[in-house]
Amino acid sequence: MTGIRTEPVTVNLGPQHPSTHGVFRLRVTFDGEEIIDLEPVFGYLHRGTEKLAETRNYTQIVTLTDRMDYVASMSNNLAYVRTVEDLSGIEVPERAQYIRVICAELQRIASHLMATGFLLNDIGALATPLIYCFREREKILDLFEMLCGARITLSYMRPGGVFQDADQDFWNALDILIQELPHYLDELETLISKNEIVLARTRSVGVLSDEDAIDYGVTGPILRASRVKWDLRKANPYEIYDRIDFEVPIGVEGDTYDRFHVRLLEMQESVKIITQCITQIEKGSIRADVPYFIRPKPGETYQSVEGPKGELGFYLISDGGVSPYRCKVRAPSFINLTPLKKMMLGWKMGDLITILGSIDIVLGEVDR
Amino acid sequence: MYTSFYQLIDFHSFYDMYYKIFESLGLSSSASWMSYLAAGGSLSFLAINLLVLATAFYTWFERRTIARFQVRRGPNRNGPFGLGQPFADVIKLIMKEDTIPTEADKPVFTIAPIALLAPTLLIITVIPIDDASFLATLNIGILFIVGITSVNSIAIFMAGWGSRNKYAILGSMRGAAMLISYEIPMALGITSVLLISGSLAMTEIVAKQDIWFIVVMPMGFFVFMAAATAEMSRTPFDQIEAESELGSGYNTEFSGIKFAILFLAEFMAPIVTSAVVTTLFLGGSQGFDFLPGQAWFVLKMFVVIFILLWIRSTWPRLRIDQIMGFAWKILMELGFVNIFLIAIEVAVLMDPVTGLLTSQDLLIMAAINWVFTILTLVFLANLLGKRNYDRPDPVPSPLANMQPKGEK
Amino acid sequence: MYGLGLIKGLGITMKNLVIPSRQFNVYQYPNKRATPWDLAKINNSKPFTYIAKNPLTTIKSFVGLVNVEEKLPQHPNFRGEEFAWYDNRCTGCASCAKYCPLGIIKIVTGTSGVNSQEGQSYDLEVFDIDIGRCMFCGLCVEACPYDALHMGSGFEEAQYQRSNLVIDINKLKSAEKKPSTWFRPQLVNQGHDPISGDTADWRKVGRHEKPSQEDQSERWAKR
Repeated sequence: MTGIRTEPVTVNLGPQHPSTHGVFRLRVTFDGEEIIDLEPVFGYLHRGTEKLAETRNYTQIVTLTDRMDYVASMSNNLAYVRTVEDLSGIEVPERAQYIRVICAELQRIASHLMATGFLLNDIGALATPLIYCFREREKILDLFEMLCGARITLSYMRPGGVFQDADQDFWNALDILIQELPHYLDELETLISKNEIVLARTRSVGVLSDEDAIDYGVTGPILRASRVKWDLRKANPYEIYDRIDFEVPIGVEGDTYDRFHVRLLEMQESVKIITQCITQIEKGSIRADVPYFIRPKPGETYQSVEGPKGELGFYLISDGGVSPYRCKVRAPSFINLTPLKKMMLGWKMGDLITILGSIDIVLGEVDR
Repeated sequence: MYTSFYQLIDFHSFYDMYYKIFESLGLSSSASWMSYLAAGGSLSFLAINLLVLATAFYTWFERRTIARFQVRRGPNRNGPFGLGQPFADVIKLIMKEDTIPTEADKPVFTIAPIALLAPTLLIITVIPIDDASFLATLNIGILFIVGITSVNSIAIFMAGWGSRNKYAILGSMRGAAMLISYEIPMALGITSVLLISGSLAMTEIVAKQDIWFIVVMPMGFFVFMAAATAEMSRTPFDQIEAESELGSGYNTEFSGIKFAILFLAEFMAPIVTSAVVTTLFLGGSQGFDFLPGQAWFVLKMFVVIFILLWIRSTWPRLRIDQIMGFAWKILMELGFVNIFLIAIEVAVLMDPVTGLLTSQDLLIMAAINWVFTILTLVFLANLLGKRNYDRPDPVPSPLANMQPKGEK
Repeated sequence: MYGLGLIKGLGITMKNLVIPSRQFNVYQYPNKRATPWDLAKINNSKPFTYIAKNPLTTIKSFVGLVNVEEKLPQHPNFRGEEFAWYDNRCTGCASCAKYCPLGIIKIVTGTSGVNSQEGQSYDLEVFDIDIGRCMFCGLCVEACPYDALHMGSGFEEAQYQRSNLVIDINKLKSAEKKPSTWFRPQLVNQGHDPISGDTADWRKVGRHEKPSQEDQSERWAKR
């Protein structure tokens, strides 16, 4: 229609907004409901973790890593602890490695449950699927409480192993969880992924092609949703992942639906991994003989793990002292935000929220 | 006993009562208009308070039910079973500061909540909770409802415009577009009822339902229900508020008592809608004798409300273009088809002399309509289902090159 | 078929509404609205006998006017506030202060003049823990070589002023000691459960008991 004068409107989405998953800010220009331009702004949750790490010793930094991706502390701990072990050449006992893998996979399930639930909340399902997800996540947090006395900020791992062996309560509860969880995951899948409204909202929305995904350095479920079969647990097996048999699920075209469906499938795979770990684990030491003050030889190293959000890596430089000279975090949420514009331009306001939800960012990690 | 009590709550009985009082006071010259005013005042006082109280308990019911769907407990702290919660909410909202943004269009901003509340309140006057409604028998009751609900879209736009907030404007633009679109299927659904009942009076519509109209024309019920859900902006059509997208939509800037009124209007809508649905499709106050008519009416209302809550707690929200598409591409067509079908049936079956439909005729219509509805829905579902809802198996991208260590 | 998923979804939510085991384990903290069944369980009687005996309480509880205390069940491993510190075990080595990532433990020691043969033991003058900044990572407990410091089990230490959150040595000494079993396998082996209210004596909490005076003198003599 000619004759009606229209003009684009710039809306400030965030930092206080219910669906930006924290204090993320987007300056979006809308033409009516359509996105014609956007600019992400972040840094509202910057706490200087990397700089703080330079004044802590290697054991104390574990507590800092808890607070980066606060829905997946175990994975952060694992990534950091592995880097320190590599830097100072510590051999980790086998039982500790198994416990670490079990914890990391439990944390992956918890994180993916949260991501799926919040994505559905963003689509507008009035928190019902979210609370079904949280009910299951709660059980995992209870397990963590049995294991290490905390639920979110765990600080469970130490360079050289884990600080405390899991007692019998934990193993019993874990058995029950592993038996029940697949059933609930199936129910979740029926509730969500076969729902026509969800399909209408997510199919072919915010497509990220495989080439773009690789070019932007995207990792994790988002990369796998774009058909790229890349998983550090397979590509560069760390801990004891090479002894475990599991699949790497991939998506069909890389849209919002794939991103969340890959997560659903990954949770099933994680259950498989934990089951195998339980059968394979043997009694033994859980912590190598490591002093509290670790003084690695001068040098530098980079180690990464497949976290719930993507490749989570730590880069440490040691100058021979008790604390690192430099600690750099490769935060997956931060790097997964880079193709935001590519995915969102041309879609509607409602899609903006779902696409952002499907990336599953945690602002503690983005801003560090 | 119940009917006699109910007949008291009627404009004419009020009028007569006040007329007698004023006459006995020796004001017979002006008794006519004074009793007119007094009766109107009393009636509106009753209707408003009844509805506000009902809304208060409805919010409690909604929160408890949705909490149960969400495997939670819901409010249970204030009073027995948490029944004091709505009053606590209202007191909190009244005590809060009533802010008006400096850039806001103050008159529009202030009038908007009232403009939203008033039509919703007015609807209840024509609902026949038993044999008669508050306004006795308004002979164009359903037309009154259709007319008065259209004000909603203006009120929502006023609220958004007056706030001078971008989120509010987005929400109210969506609201204006959506509410106007869904008026059409809603009117079509109502029209199909009118074709059978042959009267615009709500009491007549109820009286004609020897067989409930939901049985006679399921498609009309579906069309009306979908449109009504959209009209009161509930999931899956809650684009106006869309709390995950727009914060809170048109009521972003409201606080204090203004927000309380908006909230009241918003939560009154399901009550009123379910009352209209009960009247039009579920036989109003009809029921078995062991309970009075009012009780049946309220019971049916609760069933409708429960189904609305069930849907609300299960389904996500559609996108705005999908909602508009649903209104114009599917619902309106279904409404037209339904009207044609009913019109043909009525023309064939109606007794040309008396102009009446017997219950046997209604049963024949029901049989035809059910078959037709199921066939249409299956056809539509398959037509839509052909679009990509089964996906091919994923093919790994050739760009991926994951080779575990030690493997070639 | 299109639309079937929507109806299946409705079925699942209804299933979650109806089946009681699907409900969240809701704990109503600090007090719970008790049903007559709860009350009967507390009073160790059968529900029907209880209802028959106490009709008034039953009616009250149906309306939701009877409250029972309730707390979220925690694992004994829970890393809580209210540090349990045993001055009999503490040597004032300040390992805990050194390992604290935030540096919120302040220790001042002086010589006491006793045990001069063993090179004197320390007298603790100040032992402040600033709980307001503590993140309950438990590194201090891990560092303690004599098992003198333990995590607590509570979480109800809210105060009106930040300064009240600092636990000083007198508070630590006089506090009721409910050490968490976190990083203390010996307490786990003893079946210690601080959540149900078990307190622990200083002799119990260590990896090994501190030798008694007689033992010390004997060993001294043998040497």
